[in-house]
Amino acid sequence: MAKLKIEDLQKIKEKVKGTVTMRGGTHRAKITVHMGTCGIAAGARKILDTFMDEINKSGTTDVILTTSGCAGLCSKEPMATVEVRGTAPVKYIDLDEEKTKKIFQDHVMNEKAVTEFALVQGSETTY
Amino acid sequence: MEKQYRTHILVCAGTGCVASGSLKVRDSIIKEIERHGLQNEVKVATTGCNGFCAAGPITIVHPEGIFYKRLNDEDVPFFVEELLVKGRVVKKHLFAEEERNELIPVMNEIGFFKNQVLVALKNRALIDPDIIDEYIGRDGYTATAKALTQMTPAEIVEEILKSGLRGRGGAGFSTGMKWKFCMETKGDIKYILCNADEGDPGAFMDRSVLESDPHAVLEGMIIGGKAIGAHKGYIYVRAEYPLAIQRLNRAIGQAREYGLLGENILDSGFDFDIELYFGAGAFVCGEETALMQSIEGKRGMPRPRPPFPAHKGLWSMPTVLNNVETYANVPQIILRGSAWFASLGTETSKGTKVFALTGDVNNIGLIEVPMGTTLRKIVYDIGGGIKNNKEIKAIQIGGPSGGCLPASLIDIPVDYESIVKTGAIMGSGGMVVMDEKTCMVDIAKFFLEFTAEESCGKCTPCRVGTKILFEKLTEISEGRGRDGDIEVLENISRNIIASSLCGLGQTAPNPVLTTIRYFRSEYEAHIYDKKCPAKKCKALITFTIDPEKCTGCTLCKRNCPQECISGEKKMPHVIDESLCVRCSLCYDSCKFDAIRVE
Repeated sequence: MAKLKIEDLQKIKEKVKGTVTMRGGTHRAKITVHMGTCGIAAGARKILDTFMDEINKSGTTDVILTTSGCAGLCSKEPMATVEVRGTAPVKYIDLDEEKTKKIFQDHVMNEKAVTEFALVQGSETTY
Repeated sequence: MEKQYRTHILVCAGTGCVASGSLKVRDSIIKEIERHGLQNEVKVATTGCNGFCAAGPITIVHPEGIFYKRLNDEDVPFFVEELLVKGRVVKKHLFAEEERNELIPVMNEIGFFKNQVLVALKNRALIDPDIIDEYIGRDGYTATAKALTQMTPAEIVEEILKSGLRGRGGAGFSTGMKWKFCMETKGDIKYILCNADEGDPGAFMDRSVLESDPHAVLEGMIIGGKAIGAHKGYIYVRAEYPLAIQRLNRAIGQAREYGLLGENILDSGFDFDIELYFGAGAFVCGEETALMQSIEGKRGMPRPRPPFPAHKGLWSMPTVLNNVETYANVPQIILRGSAWFASLGTETSKGTKVFALTGDVNNIGLIEVPMGTTLRKIVYDIGGGIKNNKEIKAIQIGGPSGGCLPASLIDIPVDYESIVKTGAIMGSGGMVVMDEKTCMVDIAKFFLEFTAEESCGKCTPCRVGTKILFEKLTEISEGRGRDGDIEVLENISRNIIASSLCGLGQTAPNPVLTTIRYFRSEYEAHIYDKKCPAKKCKALITFTIDPEKCTGCTLCKRNCPQECISGEKKMPHVIDESLCVRCSLCYDSCKFDAIRVE
């Protein structure tokens, strides 16, 4: 490792920003994949993997991905909730890989909800 | 760009949690994650001490920031499956507050954590201390960059002066003044030293800072070096702190690799490097002149001041010595400004203070609070109150140099001046909470045994005086106290304070004087009534069996190591006092409350 110059400190900060965001609660957007038994049976695992891939492909460092239990609407699984800071959370239903990619691009990255896949705005309380 | 994960599992690797098996827990979590094929979406890392040592081994799960206590190796398979495969919060390991009787999953909502304000410990539990990039990610070395390239030494000193930072090692001298004296002293070679010779029984503040955020201390020293014109620093650290030494060595190695230590740091033209020096654990070597003697390879003994170290210190060169916690505050002050720091705390005591909270409280651990926080808030809101719902009797502050404050003083604010007024000192931050079963003569005896042992022997009043105090206290606790003993204790104490050279002797009688001041009746009971009100001093208590309550269950008889309890089954038992060693096993084992202690 070469000796650092002042601007290198900033580069390192950028590099580890994802870690800082994750632990410091300073994310811009949060994706929750519902992983109840019904969700898992309906393919939530694939949805989670797709979001994970998309996050890594995009290089974004201010999005967190988490899971929750059953959302209570088992017939519409797999489901996910996207919450961009400062706006209402949106619940998406009947997801597949293609829909997931579009939701990531449009809602998570460009902050425009994909209304055609959405069930409703709003969310149960999560922690 | 580093890889992103959906979850970070942070296992505490402070000394407390490591001792309770946290590294094994980490390895098991990694194994289980691989078994479930989740290694590409979950990251497992270790951090320094979380502070809540009583709840260890501790694991924190992000992004939710959920706090899991006592997660042991055998719990891991269930934990990983619930948390990562099923996506559930694992209730079994959540923390519950007694009076609220509800589970509190999120770390920052637990009373122990939410009532703290972190400055010196700002990175605790958030970074892996072995990874310098994570430190830089949380603004690490930004203060160094600012101080080295944008500030003159005088500006740095001015900023520290304005912040009101005072030494966290105990005496509370203004850090800015110390730096100013040394900056103004002419000399080509100067030294900056870090005192990590933490020696108070029950105190582990500095160890924890070094283990969880070593770079913060290095940064404080680099900035201090620039301020006073030193190019060489030493950290004097106890050899008994292997984990702190390991992390410091790694941190120094990484900082050198990045050129943050060495020549021409960040192209600023400033050269600075740090070396470790291991102390052998002598308490007196925490005294600044003794510490310098020790680094020079001599026997660690204090010398008279003046000359002060700022003029003639290590190898007779101008030297500044500060404590670990003091240095950890410095980068924050440079980065966020003196006004921000001065907004925390009280009129004369600025910023925060780290305390090692221990003794008879529910939540034992390491805490950081703004100066001026009341003892009540520390003991009840953070400490979670007294164990087993007992009454609080006293709070010991400042270790062997400090004093025992009675429960009636629980509403005093913790700052340098308020504490000194009580007869104790702030000290480095040890805080031992004692319940009604603690004997104050016994506590004074405990600390005097320590200081008598640790006195370096240079000054006769300290060497002989502490020994006499200890012997006198032993006599009193063994029922051999005589009329006038209290006055003798007070008189010798005053003489030791007046005629000792260094802080060790000048403060050693504090535990005696404060216990006499606040608990005089307890001394009198020992001396005149030959009774120990706390029922602690073995020579002054007797164990008897209440024949009314005794059911003759024979449990005490079977537990007695002296075989001095006799009695038939279902008949009241009797203790033969001449053979009893007052081990209390009969009292502890009796289910019918039939053993009387008087």
